[in-house]
Amino acid sequence: MSQRQVLQVFEQYQKARTQFVQMVAELATRPQNIETLQNAGVMSLLRPLLLDVVPTIQQTAALALGRLANYNDDLAEAVVKGDILPQLVYSLAEQNRFYKKAAAFVLRAVGKHSPQLAQAIVDCGALDTLVICLEDFDPGVKEAAAWALGYIARHNGELSQAVVDAGAVPLLVLCIQEPEIALKRIAASALSDISKHSPELAQTVVDAGAIAHLAQMILNLDAKLKRQVLSALSQIAKHSVDLAEMVVEAEIFPVVLTCLKDKDEYVKKNASTLIREIAKHTPELSQLIVNAGGVAAVIDCIGSCKGNIRLPGIMMLGYVAAHSENLAMAVIISKGVPQLAVCLSEESEDHIKAAAAWALGQIGRHTPEHARAVAVTNALPILLTLYMSQDSSEDLQIKSKKAIKNILQKCTYLPALEPFLYDAPPNILKHVVGQFSKVLPHDSKARRLFVTSGGLKKVQEIKAEPGSLLQEYINNINNCYPEEIVRYYSPGYSETLLQRVDSYQPLI
Amino acid sequence: MATLVTLQNRLPFIESQYYYRNRTADGHRKKEYDAAVKIQSWFRGCRVRAYIRYLHKMMTIIQKWWRGYLGRKQYRQMVKTAYLTMKMNFYNEMAVRIQKRWRGYKIRKYCFNYYYLKEYLRAISDTNQAIREALEEFAEMKAREKKKADLEKEEKRKQNQARKTHYLLSTKQSPGIYNSPFRDPDPMEFELRKVRACHMTPPRPQIQQTDYEDLSSWLACTSKRSFPRSDILPPINRKQYQGPFRDIAEVLQQRYKPLQPTLRVATSINSLRDAQEELKREEWKHRVNDNMFLPFSNYNKNEKYIPMIHTSTKYTGISYGQKPFQEEEPEKWISNKNFQTVFPPFALFEKYGKLYSRAGEIV
Repeated sequence: MSQRQVLQVFEQYQKARTQFVQMVAELATRPQNIETLQNAGVMSLLRPLLLDVVPTIQQTAALALGRLANYNDDLAEAVVKGDILPQLVYSLAEQNRFYKKAAAFVLRAVGKHSPQLAQAIVDCGALDTLVICLEDFDPGVKEAAAWALGYIARHNGELSQAVVDAGAVPLLVLCIQEPEIALKRIAASALSDISKHSPELAQTVVDAGAIAHLAQMILNLDAKLKRQVLSALSQIAKHSVDLAEMVVEAEIFPVVLTCLKDKDEYVKKNASTLIREIAKHTPELSQLIVNAGGVAAVIDCIGSCKGNIRLPGIMMLGYVAAHSENLAMAVIISKGVPQLAVCLSEESEDHIKAAAAWALGQIGRHTPEHARAVAVTNALPILLTLYMSQDSSEDLQIKSKKAIKNILQKCTYLPALEPFLYDAPPNILKHVVGQFSKVLPHDSKARRLFVTSGGLKKVQEIKAEPGSLLQEYINNINNCYPEEIVRYYSPGYSETLLQRVDSYQPLI
Repeated sequence: MATLVTLQNRLPFIESQYYYRNRTADGHRKKEYDAAVKIQSWFRGCRVRAYIRYLHKMMTIIQKWWRGYLGRKQYRQMVKTAYLTMKMNFYNEMAVRIQKRWRGYKIRKYCFNYYYLKEYLRAISDTNQAIREALEEFAEMKAREKKKADLEKEEKRKQNQARKTHYLLSTKQSPGIYNSPFRDPDPMEFELRKVRACHMTPPRPQIQQTDYEDLSSWLACTSKRSFPRSDILPPINRKQYQGPFRDIAEVLQQRYKPLQPTLRVATSINSLRDAQEELKREEWKHRVNDNMFLPFSNYNKNEKYIPMIHTSTKYTGISYGQKPFQEEEPEKWISNKNFQTVFPPFALFEKYGKLYSRAGEIV
């Protein structure tokens, strides 16, 4: 036999293996094939191929494994149980960039499912090698490593801490400075995942100097990068006043408002979230946002989108208004109340309505002026229907009730209060009558109007327990009018009159 | 005597009298005594009562004065406190007035300044307006950019389409489908005229994927060819090559002729330093004496020159400076005096290098 014939055998064998892994990798992209592949024992077949002599086969095998593990957590667990991870981690440090990429993909696919699986990856010592991969020359490898680290850090504080302890943060910060957009995106997302768990982790990210670089990228053209950057900044800012101030000091302020006008919905959402996380800490930070015109921009943003994207903006308005009456006034001046009323009426989901109700309550609770501003937008009847409605969730009911109470206790705008006399439940009626009893003694025009509009009649019809607060309010109102009028409007007055007619003996 | 006798006669009478009288006296004695005691007690009682009355009177006087004193003292005290309270009340009232005014002023000026608040709110609404406008403008700009990019993309797509369907271009002989003789030509026709056809550009060279075909890659698994290949880079210049070209053999010969660098290129850049190093090494190798030559220091001033044995002689020559270079023949001299210069020195050259102007004249 010639040498050529001998080599032919090897060649055929290699060809067959290559074809096999390539086909498996391709089949693994379709979810309907996964079940069959799993039943055919693909895991045990792929494992030896990870150690193949030919790098292409190794890489393709890793790719196939990654796709399988990506599909569901059972397969990911099978990867962990098959002792494939140590092998991957070992070769992650040794092999070429294509293999590194594929191996990091497998780690990512395994780690994304649950904290336990991520912990299994950490236990294999993968973090150190992944961190080394972050220092790789090839941006693709860096990207894959950053992605895997981000998915591991996403689950909980301990895993995040492990990632930080492996020294990933400074390298991730270096990665966001790279020219490749995809790498920047992934690194920003990983930083966001790390800093979201606790103030200490966020502080670590800040200490690595991430804020300045992140803040620079707000104006980037790429929408997905903007999403991640804004999310990272908001995750940093949410923990404490100091961190929020650090974020503000990076001069994000007029710039971030442009993101509220972005085409991309999630950029809008994340920008609103960032502003909300900053505004919620102190009145000073809120003031800063108000002075930068942030409230107007957020209100416009709320007007321009629907659903969950509105939610952070609505909450931001509530937080700003909650801090002080001047800030609440600023929200009113920026035409925030009509927008919130619109949200309240046209949104379909309860939690958004609840947020809008809460925000309105925060705006209206300061002074009669504020309450009036809320009342004239006709938000109160909507709040009342939400409170009374059986379909509303419990949270929404509680929030609308609180909002109604807060606003009513300050409201002196009687035309808005009047409808409440007719259709409010007793626990709210108490506040309405209380407001009337406070206003009427001092306002003659209102007294007149109160009689002509039938309010007095309604008040007489209210059944209050003697000695209760409600009775006291009713007495206060009655004291503002002559006795005959009060009696005239009391229920059953006509019958007493008729009785008097009966009992009257005409003098002849 | 008679008296005596009478007396004696009367003795029994006297006796009886004595006895009788004594008896009556004794009979009254108790009563009298009691009476005396009574009288005395009454008197003494009167006396003591009078004394006590006297004492009481005195005591009243004393108490009257003392109480009067105390009362007056207390009254003065009361008046003093009342005065003080009155004063304090007055002061407090005045202080309240002052504080009221001041606090009202301060609060109105610094805390709840209505005009300031109004101004602030106005400023906020101005800022809001400005921000809204700016953002609107920004969004518009973005939209414009996007539109432009879309248009460009569309244009490119059209061009591509035109290139692909370039064969639909009308020729002189037969009009294309876009160039109906009954209507105005379609815009696509002009597009077709503008672009070049696809097949006019040279086809991309197809790179053979020989990853696993030949065995050498399997054996040398880290060789470059075994890596997955990225797409081939696009050609840098898409223009047609313009001839006429040289004969290919000539070009190839030119291309693969052995390198003949110039002397300047062939010498290494640090050849000078190498040569210096080499020279130093050579010098060190051939040196006999390692003592350094230190010409101008004091180091070897006191060192005596030791002549070599072979060159030393006791017949030394005249030392330098003693020996004249010119032969002297004093007997031919006409005078012992030296020559003297006859002409004065040329004045102009004396000033050479100094200033000639009057302004900077040397004094």
